[in-house]
Amino acid sequence: MINSSSRPARSDARRGGGPARDRLLALSLTTAAVMALALALVFFYAPLDAEQGFLQKIFYVHVPLAIVALCGFVGAALLAVMHLRTREARWDARAYVAIHVSLIFGVATLITGSIWAKGSWGHWWVWDEPTLVSFLIVFLLYATYQPLRFAIEDPERQARYASVFAVTAGAFVPMNFIAVRLASSFVHPRVLGSTSNLPGPMALTFLVSLAGVALLYLTLCSYELTIKRARGQLRALRRLAEAQAGAVEASASGVRRERSPAPVHPAGTVAAPASRGGA
Amino acid sequence: MRTVATLLRKELLVELRSLQSVPGMSLFAISTFVVFHFALNRNTVEGDLAAGILWVTLLFAAILGVNRLFVADAEEGGLEGFLLAPVDRSAMLLAKALALLVYLIVLELVAVPAFALLLDPSFTRSLASLVGVIALGDVGVAVIGTLVAALAVRTRARDLLGPLLALPLLVPVVIGAARASAPLLTVGSSSGPSARWLLTLGLYDLLFGLISYALFDFLLED
Repeated sequence: MINSSSRPARSDARRGGGPARDRLLALSLTTAAVMALALALVFFYAPLDAEQGFLQKIFYVHVPLAIVALCGFVGAALLAVMHLRTREARWDARAYVAIHVSLIFGVATLITGSIWAKGSWGHWWVWDEPTLVSFLIVFLLYATYQPLRFAIEDPERQARYASVFAVTAGAFVPMNFIAVRLASSFVHPRVLGSTSNLPGPMALTFLVSLAGVALLYLTLCSYELTIKRARGQLRALRRLAEAQAGAVEASASGVRRERSPAPVHPAGTVAAPASRGGA
Repeated sequence: MRTVATLLRKELLVELRSLQSVPGMSLFAISTFVVFHFALNRNTVEGDLAAGILWVTLLFAAILGVNRLFVADAEEGGLEGFLLAPVDRSAMLLAKALALLVYLIVLELVAVPAFALLLDPSFTRSLASLVGVIALGDVGVAVIGTLVAALAVRTRARDLLGPLLALPLLVPVVIGAARASAPLLTVGSSSGPSARWLLTLGLYDLLFGLISYALFDFLLED
């Protein structure tokens, strides 16, 4: 069983190492370029807002972060549906990463939103703003994803329950926004909610910022997925090495058994002799 | 349908014999009203405040029941027994949700009169509207509570995770129910619960009913 699970993983690593790294590098460079362009547009191209002045520039960070985080949450629900349908662990890993990065973006959204609220309305938190309140509720719900996940030990059940949560929460996002929007009294006109009523240069800057943040999201997700995959491969290799070391020990004499405390070595050094022994 | 009836009968029988949920929930609700009296330093409440106190209390009392909903089954092997039976698994969802609904109704039969007695809210309009709002809210709490209870019961920290998962999911129910009941608890108000809140509550109940139905099977696989 250990052999069958680790062999494909190792050949995967050999086969996918180059292109995957190139793709990651290309994605990172594109992200950095678009982010730099977005920042340049924000500071040198977009006009100052007539009412809010320089403060309004936080809009180009805050709103894209919020949009991308919410799309990530809803996207994670779709990935979780795929996991429940196919039962393949990779969909669950993608859903996990999507929610994880969305949570980080969510924290950033709440902080930038708070700063903006303090600057423009004089309060760190404003209950009249339905988007802000809905976002907080959604964030609080998703904040329980990891505690739920890691309170389940069996990996298969962990993935399944996490997917059920992700689907439920994904459906909750739009419903919650509708309910909170209904509940608010529309005190603040929603001037900056959409691009349709933004003047041209502002809209362009906003769209480039949105693209930059979305790319940043994808890049972070790719990195985390790569790390998770590498960690899985490493664990499989280590297990293989331990199993083979154990087999060698069992057949060897008592004197040899004392001399081979294999598992502490880094996986690379252990894996090499182990695979030779297996062949 | 017969499976649901059988399971529901078993739930209610177990509760009747062990009395482990409903009495605790009712007592908790009454204590909470007393706490609200002292915390707010008010002898009477009305309007938004009354609706808020009523719904917060009902919600927290409900969560006590949610936390216990699957515990006996998970610990005594009831779920395994159910899985061995050749019946539709959704029957379990329906039976548990109905059982929770019954608990909530019994809870409210105690808690709403206690609320009236202790905090003297002004029930201005006919009680029928309030009963309607409470019923819609109860369905939402029962459906979401059952789903959350099933999610949390086989985790290590279920007593903590149940409420943590349930509260954000129930915020829209609280919004809808509290806003809908506020005019019913306001002196001199002539308007009933506004249709949009009833509609929101109804839609929310329906949506989460469907989601729970679609997802519940995945929680009962092993």
